[in-house]
Amino acid sequence: MIRLSIPARQALSKLSLPVLVAAAFGLMLLGKADTILAERARMALNDSLGPIYAVLSEPLRAIDRAVSDAGNLWNLRTDNAKLREENEYLRRWQSIALALDSENARLKASLNWIPDPTANYVTARVVADAGGVYARAALLEVGPNHSIKKSQIALDERGLIGRVTEVGSRTARVLLITDLNSRIPVIMETSRARAILVGTNGPRPRLLYWPEGVQPQEGERIVTSAEANAFPANLPIGTVQHTANGVPEVQPFAQLNRLEVVRIFDYGLGGVVAPETQSRPTPGRH
Amino acid sequence: MPFRHRNPGIRPRLTFGLRLDRAARAGFPATCTVLTMLLTQVPFGIPGQAVMLPAVTLVCVWFWSLFRPAAMPPAAVFGIGLLLDLLGYMPLGVGVLVLLLAHGIARRGRRFLSQQGFAMNWLAFVPVGAGAALLSWALVVALTIRLLSPGMALFQAVLTVALYPVLAIPLAWAHRAVPEADAA
Repeated sequence: MIRLSIPARQALSKLSLPVLVAAAFGLMLLGKADTILAERARMALNDSLGPIYAVLSEPLRAIDRAVSDAGNLWNLRTDNAKLREENEYLRRWQSIALALDSENARLKASLNWIPDPTANYVTARVVADAGGVYARAALLEVGPNHSIKKSQIALDERGLIGRVTEVGSRTARVLLITDLNSRIPVIMETSRARAILVGTNGPRPRLLYWPEGVQPQEGERIVTSAEANAFPANLPIGTVQHTANGVPEVQPFAQLNRLEVVRIFDYGLGGVVAPETQSRPTPGRH
Repeated sequence: MPFRHRNPGIRPRLTFGLRLDRAARAGFPATCTVLTMLLTQVPFGIPGQAVMLPAVTLVCVWFWSLFRPAAMPPAAVFGIGLLLDLLGYMPLGVGVLVLLLAHGIARRGRRFLSQQGFAMNWLAFVPVGAGAALLSWALVVALTIRLLSPGMALFQAVLTVALYPVLAIPLAWAHRAVPEADAA
């Protein structure tokens, strides 16, 4: 240890706070100049913490499951009646869907339709929220030898979640469709009109830039568009819901606030690279 | 234990165990802060859990800067701030600056506040918690060049102030249970 005289030590301790405050400003400049640096540091930290989160989340999930099981037992009777009714309804739909499917196959065969490539996917567990206060993202534990790359597409069992934005050696980060930086080209299913789905950090992203003469209908299904080659066509996203002010928003099918298991699809698309997570203002309306 | 004759009875020889004990005591506040920060990252599935991290960090840094400043030097605050920025996905430097300013204020007000009771301490923390949330919001807006809704900042301010008593009681207990090296 270096021995200093008492006045020198006092002066040093008085000086250290202003020097470190200046260093904080320097750090801001550095983070602004080199966004990759912060991203790398974050992924390295996540890679080391990911396994710990995975271990810790196991008992928590067990408790959660026990609580929901108790609730389910309580509602067993009413749920059963509801399910029977729904089953009846879905059976009718299934026969329609099967008929349409075979008809579709026949028509495609007679048109020499180029089949859509089947996508490979891997399933990963969500281990932590990776958004912080001002972003919406999820951290996935993907194991050491994964094949996940940036801008691959994440879905849960119901619909689109978002895209992979950062990949570490054991973890990957998915930017959710509700994040402020998320922009997704979409198609409204009934009118076939194109629009952009813009995240707001709120629970429901907003629809913007639909063509003139078309109005998003309440309850209309929104699916991805293959435009810009960033997404495959027709992945389900959600349904339109207007706010009290008449702004069309989309209620996602995916359960974004309780993600547990996520599938990451590799469609082999490379149209638009995933947005940077932190900065870089996207041109357009804010 | 053998004492040195030149200054009899003043201090025991620094054995390895004693050094280890001192280091552990000196590192206790920072370690305990970092562990609490990591604990907030465990996926409990609580809505708005992301706000816990900055709130808890500020309370811990404020408490230790106030009651045991020797063990929470500015360099430790800097490191904790950096960890906060990385874990909380904020632009680098935001958490560092906010925590350093809070630390500076705590040092200034230490003489007065460490004499006061719990209620007065909580009252004094209200403007600090609110100011920290608003300053980080303003810095994030300035650094990302995005107008973010201030709702989250308000929520963070309220949560930070509300968490103070919840954390201050176990921290005060830890403060008493693990005395400083010189007092031990």
